[in-house]
Amino acid sequence: MPGRRRRRSLAWLGVLPFFAYTTLFLILPSAQVMIGAFKGEAGGYTFGNIVDIVQTPNIRHAYRQSIEISLVTALAGGLLGLLIAYAAIREGTPRWIRSAFTTFSGVAANFGGIPLAFAFIATLGTVGIVTQFLTNVFGIDIYANGFSLFTKTGVELAYLYFQIPLMFLVIAPAVDGLRTEWREASANLGSSSFQYWWHIGLPVLFPSLLGAVILLFGNAFAAYATAYGLTASGLNLVPILIGADLRGNVYANPHEGQALAFGMFAVLAGMMLLYVPLQRRASRWAR
Amino acid sequence: MRRPRISLSAVVWLLVGAAYFMIPLLATFLFSVRDAQTGKCCSLGAYGVILHDPEFWTTIRLSFRLALETIVISLLLFVPTIYWVHLRLPRLRPVIGFMALIPFVVPPIILVVGLLGFFKDTLHAPFWYLGNPNYFLVTAYVILAFPYVFFSLDAGFRAIDVHTLTEASQSLGASWRTTLLRVILPNIKVAALSGAFLTLAIVMGEFTIATLSAFHTFPTYIQYINETQAYPAAAVSLMSFGITWAAMLSLLLIGRRRRVGAAVTIAEVGH
Amino acid sequence: MAHVELRELRRSFGAVTALQGINLSLETGEFVSLLGPSGCGKTTALRLVAGFDRPDSGSIVVDGKDITGVSPNQRDMGMVFQAYSLFPNMTAEQNVEYGLKIRKQPKDGRRTRVRELLELVGLADAGKRYPYQLSGGMQQRVALARALAIEPSVLLLDEPLSALDAKVRVQLREEIRRIQLELGITTIYVTHDQEEALSISDRVAVMYGGKIEQVGAPAEMYGSPATPFVAEFIGTMNRLIATVGGDGTIDYGGLPLRVDAARGLPRGERVLCLVRPETVDIVLANGVTLESGVSGEVISSTFLGSTTRVRVMDEKGERMLTADLSTVEAAALTVGAKVVASFPPDSPRLLSLADEPAFPVLDPDGQ
Repeated sequence: MPGRRRRRSLAWLGVLPFFAYTTLFLILPSAQVMIGAFKGEAGGYTFGNIVDIVQTPNIRHAYRQSIEISLVTALAGGLLGLLIAYAAIREGTPRWIRSAFTTFSGVAANFGGIPLAFAFIATLGTVGIVTQFLTNVFGIDIYANGFSLFTKTGVELAYLYFQIPLMFLVIAPAVDGLRTEWREASANLGSSSFQYWWHIGLPVLFPSLLGAVILLFGNAFAAYATAYGLTASGLNLVPILIGADLRGNVYANPHEGQALAFGMFAVLAGMMLLYVPLQRRASRWAR
Repeated sequence: MRRPRISLSAVVWLLVGAAYFMIPLLATFLFSVRDAQTGKCCSLGAYGVILHDPEFWTTIRLSFRLALETIVISLLLFVPTIYWVHLRLPRLRPVIGFMALIPFVVPPIILVVGLLGFFKDTLHAPFWYLGNPNYFLVTAYVILAFPYVFFSLDAGFRAIDVHTLTEASQSLGASWRTTLLRVILPNIKVAALSGAFLTLAIVMGEFTIATLSAFHTFPTYIQYINETQAYPAAAVSLMSFGITWAAMLSLLLIGRRRRVGAAVTIAEVGH
Repeated sequence: MAHVELRELRRSFGAVTALQGINLSLETGEFVSLLGPSGCGKTTALRLVAGFDRPDSGSIVVDGKDITGVSPNQRDMGMVFQAYSLFPNMTAEQNVEYGLKIRKQPKDGRRTRVRELLELVGLADAGKRYPYQLSGGMQQRVALARALAIEPSVLLLDEPLSALDAKVRVQLREEIRRIQLELGITTIYVTHDQEEALSISDRVAVMYGGKIEQVGAPAEMYGSPATPFVAEFIGTMNRLIATVGGDGTIDYGGLPLRVDAARGLPRGERVLCLVRPETVDIVLANGVTLESGVSGEVISSTFLGSTTRVRVMDEKGERMLTADLSTVEAAALTVGAKVVASFPPDSPRLLSLADEPAFPVLDPDGQ
C-alpha cells in the first residue's frame, strides 16, 4: 500500500521541526558533554578523567556536600511541604487558604537564584533583619554562636525556600486524592488518627511522597544560582565547581569539567530511573 | 451553629508555613527602605538608585525581550507539534513526554557546558551567533521552557477533542492553516497563555546559563548589585520577586476564567 | 426499650437547616430505611448517628446510653459508605481484617472471622484482590463484610447501592437484607430509591426538608400515605385534583366519580384524589357507559415488561387516568382507541388540599 506508507511518512514530517530543534539544542550538546567526559587530552577515549576527579579530594568533597545538601533539603522540604499541604487541603480548612498557598507556592518555587540568595542575606546575614532582631530583643548573637549563612547550613535554609513550595505543589494532588471516606471508615472501625496514618494514609501516599522527594533531591542537586548568590564560588558544590571551570579557573584537563558534569548527570539519571516507576505506582492507587 | 472547623494542628502548620515565607520577603523589604546614610528606616533611596541606573533598564528590557522571543519560538515550535501528535501520531506522545523529562537530567548547569562545548568548540559557530543573546540564549531558553510549555499545552489539547474539531473544520472546507489558526488556537488559548507566563517567569529569573556564557541579563545585573550595594540589592531583588509574582498571578487569573486543569507549576529555574 | 433512639436531632449548616428536629426509634434487629430526595437530611441524620458530625441539639441514645458526645471510633457501629471507602493499599481480606487488627484480636481468630465474612458476602475467593481489581458491586460487598467484622451493635448504610448498575443493585439489596436478618443487627439504611426501601425494610421513614413526613411499614406507606409528599414519592399515583361532591362522590372537572372516602366530607372542599394505577381498569368503549368512569381515548401505551402502562385522556384534554394493566389485557388497547377508564370506589385516598396549596409535583412515571 504505497499510498498508506506515504501518508505515514508525511505525518512524520509534521514533527520534524521539533525533533530537529531538540536534537540540535538539547541532545547533541548533552552528548557533547557525556562523550567529552570520556575523551583523553591527546584524543582517543579514556576513563582517565573520571578516575582523576574521583581521586581528587576537593571534588569528592564537593560531591559529598552536594549530596548532603540535596538529601537534607529533600527530606526536610518533603516533610514540611507535606505537613503544610495536608493542613491546607484537608477538610475543615477554608478553600481560600488552599488557593492562597497554591498561588504563593507557584511564585516561591520560581523565586530562586540570586534574588532569593539576597533575601536570605537580608534576613539572616551578618546584619540581617532577623539576626539583628534576635540580638536586640533576645540577646542572642547567632553568628557568635557559630551560625553563618554562608555555609552548608545557610544554603540548606535558603534552598528550603523553594523546596517546600515545590513539595506543596507536587504532593497536593496526592493529598487531595486521600478520600475522606477512608479516614471516616477507619474511624468507624475504631482506629485513632495515628493508626489511620500509619496503616492507610502514609502507605497510600508513599509512592507519591518518594517520587516528590526524589524530585526535590534532583532540584537541589542541580541548583547553581542560589548557592552562587550566597557564597560566590566559596562553597564547594558540584555545580559551583562546574561553573568555576567555565569561568576560566581551568583544570589541567579541559575534559575534567565535562567529567564533573557527567558525574552530575549520572546522579540525576539514577534519580530519574527511580522516579518514573514510582509515578506509575502512585497513579494506580489514585483510581 | 457548628460547621466543620479548621483543626488546631492545621492552623499551626499553616502559620509556620506562612511565617517562613513572609519573613525573608519582609526582611528584604525592610532592608530596601533603609537609608544609605543612617542604615535605618526609612528611605526610598535604594529604589531610586536602581531606577536611575541605566544598566537596570538595559538588562530588564533585554530579559523581557528574550522572554518574549522565547515565548514566540516555543509556541511556534510546540503548538503545531503537539497538535500534530495528538491528531496523527498519538504513539509519539509518550516519547515527547519522556523528552520533556530530559531537562531534569540535564539541568541548566550541564546544558550550558554542553551548549558552549558544542557550538563553540565543535561547530565553531560564528561570533554573531555565540555573542548575541537573542540567538544563543533564546535557543537555550526554549529548551528550558520546553517541559513547562509541553505540560501546559498537552493538558490543553487533552481537554479538547482534537479529531472532531479538525474534521469538522476540514469538512467545511478550511485549509490546515485556517484550521490551526481559527479553530485550534482559540481553544487552547488558556493552555498557551499558561505556558507563556511560566516561560516569562523562567526567563526573567534565569541566571546560570546567562552568567556562564557571559551575557548581561536582568538576573546577572541583580547579582552584580548584590556584590556591590546592599540596600539597592534588596530593592532590585524585591522587584524581581514582584515580576515573578505578577506573572504567576496572571497565570492564576487566566486559569480561573476557563478552569483548565492544572498546569504543573514546578520550576527550578534560575537556581 | 428501643435499641436506638434519635431524639429531636437538629442540625444547620449556615443558613440551611438540614434537620429540623427529628425523632425516630428502632427496636433491636429492626431494619429502618430513611427515604427521601437529595437534600432531605437523611445522610445528615446518618452521619450524626455515626458520629462524623455533631448535632446542634438533640441526642442519640443507644441501649439507654446517650452517645451524642462519643467520638466515631468509640461508637461500636459499622458503616458502609456510598463508594470508594475501601482502603486502596490493602487487599479485600486486609480491608475486612482492619477493624479486628485495630482491636488487637489474635491473628488466628482474625483470619477465621475474615474468611467467614467473605463467605457470607459471597466473595470467598476474591480475598487477595485489591480494590481496583474489584467491580463496584464486589467492592460494596467487601465494605459490608468489613463493617460487620467488628460485630457492631448497629449497622449504618449510606446509599450503598447508588453507584451500582441496576441489576447489581437489585441483587445486592436482597443479599444485604438476607445477611441482616441472619445476623439480627439493627440497621439504618439511607436511600433515595423508594423501590429499594420498600422491598427490604421493616419500616420506612420518608423524609423531606429535614423532617420525617411519615414512618411505617412498607405496605402502610404505600397504601396509606399520610401526606401529599409521601403519596407522590412512594409508588406511582394518579393525582386527581377535585372537589368533594354529594353523597360519596367527587367532582373531577365536572365529572362525578364515586369515591367512598368522600363520604362525610364538606361539600366543595378541594381535595387531592390518589388512585393507584393498578386499581384502574380500562375497557373499550363500544357503547359501554359506566356509572363512574372517564371516557376518552388511549393516548399512550408503555411496555414495562409484565405490565403495560396505559394512559387515557378525555376529549377535552382535561381529565386523565393512568392504568397499569397486564400486558395481555393491554394488547387490545391501542393508541387512539376509544375507551372508558374506571376504578373501584374504595380504592382512592383523599387528601385535603385546603392548607397545602402547593406541594411537590413529581413526574408520575419518573422517580
